[in-house]
Amino acid sequence: MTTRLASVILLAWALLALLAPALPLSPNVIQLQHILDAPSAQAVFGYDDLGRDIGARLLVGARTSFLVAGWVVCLSLCLGTLFGALTAYRGGWWDRVATQLVDIFLAFPGILLAIALAGLLGPGLDNVVIALTVVGWVGYARLARAQVLTLKQREHVQAARALGSSQWYILRRHLLPLMAGALIVEATFGVAAVVIAEAGLSFLGLGVQPPLASWGAMIRDGTRYMLVAPHMVLAPGLSILAVVLAVNLLGDRLRDRFDTRLPTETGRQQ
Amino acid sequence: MLAYLIQRLLGACLAMFGVVSIVFLFIHLIPGDPVEIMLGESATGADREALRLALGLHEALPAQYLHYLGGLLQLDLGYSIHQQQPVGHLLLERLPATGLLALVTLCLTIVLALPLGILAAIHRNTAWDSAAMGLSLLGVSIPNFWLGPLLILLFSLWLGWFPVSGQDGISSVVLPALTLSTGLTAVLSRMVRSSMLEVLHEDYLRTARAKGLPPARIILHHALRNALLPVITLLGLQLGALLAGAVVTETVFSWPGIGLLTIESIQSRDFPVVQACVLLISLTYILVNLLTDLVYAWIDPRIRLDGSSA
Repeated sequence: MTTRLASVILLAWALLALLAPALPLSPNVIQLQHILDAPSAQAVFGYDDLGRDIGARLLVGARTSFLVAGWVVCLSLCLGTLFGALTAYRGGWWDRVATQLVDIFLAFPGILLAIALAGLLGPGLDNVVIALTVVGWVGYARLARAQVLTLKQREHVQAARALGSSQWYILRRHLLPLMAGALIVEATFGVAAVVIAEAGLSFLGLGVQPPLASWGAMIRDGTRYMLVAPHMVLAPGLSILAVVLAVNLLGDRLRDRFDTRLPTETGRQQ
Repeated sequence: MLAYLIQRLLGACLAMFGVVSIVFLFIHLIPGDPVEIMLGESATGADREALRLALGLHEALPAQYLHYLGGLLQLDLGYSIHQQQPVGHLLLERLPATGLLALVTLCLTIVLALPLGILAAIHRNTAWDSAAMGLSLLGVSIPNFWLGPLLILLFSLWLGWFPVSGQDGISSVVLPALTLSTGLTAVLSRMVRSSMLEVLHEDYLRTARAKGLPPARIILHHALRNALLPVITLLGLQLGALLAGAVVTETVFSWPGIGLLTIESIQSRDFPVVQACVLLISLTYILVNLLTDLVYAWIDPRIRLDGSSA
C-alpha cells in the first residue's frame, strides 16, 4: 500500500517535471493585486510575495529538482562505478591510489564541499549539477570497489580471465550485472539526497537563479513572510517531503529485495 | 594496538593533506579572475594589484601551494578581505557558538534516539516499532531548512516560547539544536534498534533472564552496553553530517557560528574565509573520526587484537 503510494508520488513528480514546459503555466507572471494571497479556488496553493502563482512555481520547481537529481545521480553513478570498478579490478597500485583519493573526498563532511563549490563556481543549474556530482561520485566508487573486490575472486570471473576475455568485457558481462542490485539501491537513496541537497543549495542562495523556481528557493523567500503567509513555506516543503519520503520508502523496499544479508539474520533466530 | 594506531594516524594525516590541497585549489576553481570577483568591478587597478600581491596570486602555483602550507603550519589562515582582520580571529569568535550548538544537539540526539531505538527493538513488529521507525523515516526525509522555519512558526511566532533567531540567552539554542538533531536522531535510533535486536538473541541475555534479573536491568546493563559499540562509530561518522548540517541550520536561525560565517563569506565573496571555514570543519571531522576509531578500539578488545595481529 505504502509502496504503491510512493510509486504514484514519484511517477507524478517525473511526469509533471517532464511535462511542465508544455503545460499552460505562467510561473513568472506578477499579479500585484494577489500579493501573498492565501490558497483559494482560483489558485490552489495561493500567491507569493510578488503575486506569482505558487502552484505553477511548484511545478517548475519539480522540474528543477527532477533534472538536477537525474543528472547528478546518472553522472555520479557512471563515473563512480567506472572509477571504483576499474581500479579495484586492476588492483595493486591502482587500487591503493584510488582508495586514497576516495578517502580524501569522503573526509569532507556531508554537502559542505558542494556548498563551497557552488559558492565558488557561482549560482546556476549547471554549477549545482557539477558541485553535487563532485561530491556524489565517491559513494558509488567505494561501493563498486567493495563489490568488485569480492566478485573478482568468483570462479566465473577467473574462468573468463583464463579464456582471455578483455578487462572491459569481463567488467561489462560478468561483474556489472552482479553489482547492479546494490548500485540501484544506492542510487535510489542518492535521488533523495540530491533532492534535499539541491533544495538546500537553493535555500542558501547558491542554486538556481531567479526567476527560475526551485523548492528550496521558494522556502527561502517564504521564511520572510511566515506570519502573514505560511502557505509560501508549507507548499514547497511538503513537496520536498513527499518526494524524499517516497524515494526513501522505495529504497527500503528495494534494499530488502536485493539484500542478501537478510536471510542469514532470520536464519540465526531459528 | 600500536600497529593499528600508527595505521589510523597515517591514514588521517593523508586525508588531512588531501583536504588541505583541495581547499587550496578552491581559489583557482573560480571561473574568471578571482581578484576581480572578490573586489567587484568598481575596484581600481591599484587595489586589484595589492590584493593579488597580498594573496600571493602573482606567484607560480607550486610556490603558492608551499606558501599556503607554510602558513597553515604556523596557524596563519590568511586575511579576511571584507572584515579587514586575520581569518583566525573571525573563526575564534564564531567557534563557541557552533561548539555549544553541536554539544546540545549531541545530547538531545542521545536522549531521543536511545529510548526510541530500545523501545522499537524490545517491542519488535508491534505498533511501537512501526511508530518509532516511521518517525525515524520522517526524520531522515525532512530537510533542516524546512523543519527550522516550521519550528519557528510554531514555537516562536504562535506560542512565543523561544526567540525567533540569533543567540540570546540559553533558550535560543533549543530550536536550532532540535532542528539539527532530527536527522541524527533518525539515523541513530535505527542503528540502536538493529544493534539491540542482534544482541537480544545472545546467550548471555538468556542467562540473565534465567537468573531472574529485572527486565530493566537486563536491557540497560546487559544488552545496551553491548549494543552501543556500533552506535559509537555511527555517532562519530554522523558528527560530520552534524557539522555540515550546521551550515544550513545556523543560516535558518541566524546562529552566529562557523556555518553562518561560511555562508556570509560566500555571499560577500570573501574567499580566504570560505577556505578557512571549510578547512576547519573538515579537519574537525577527520579528527573526530580518528578519535572515534581509537575509542572504539580501546573499548572493544576484538578490534585491538585484530589490529596487532595483522
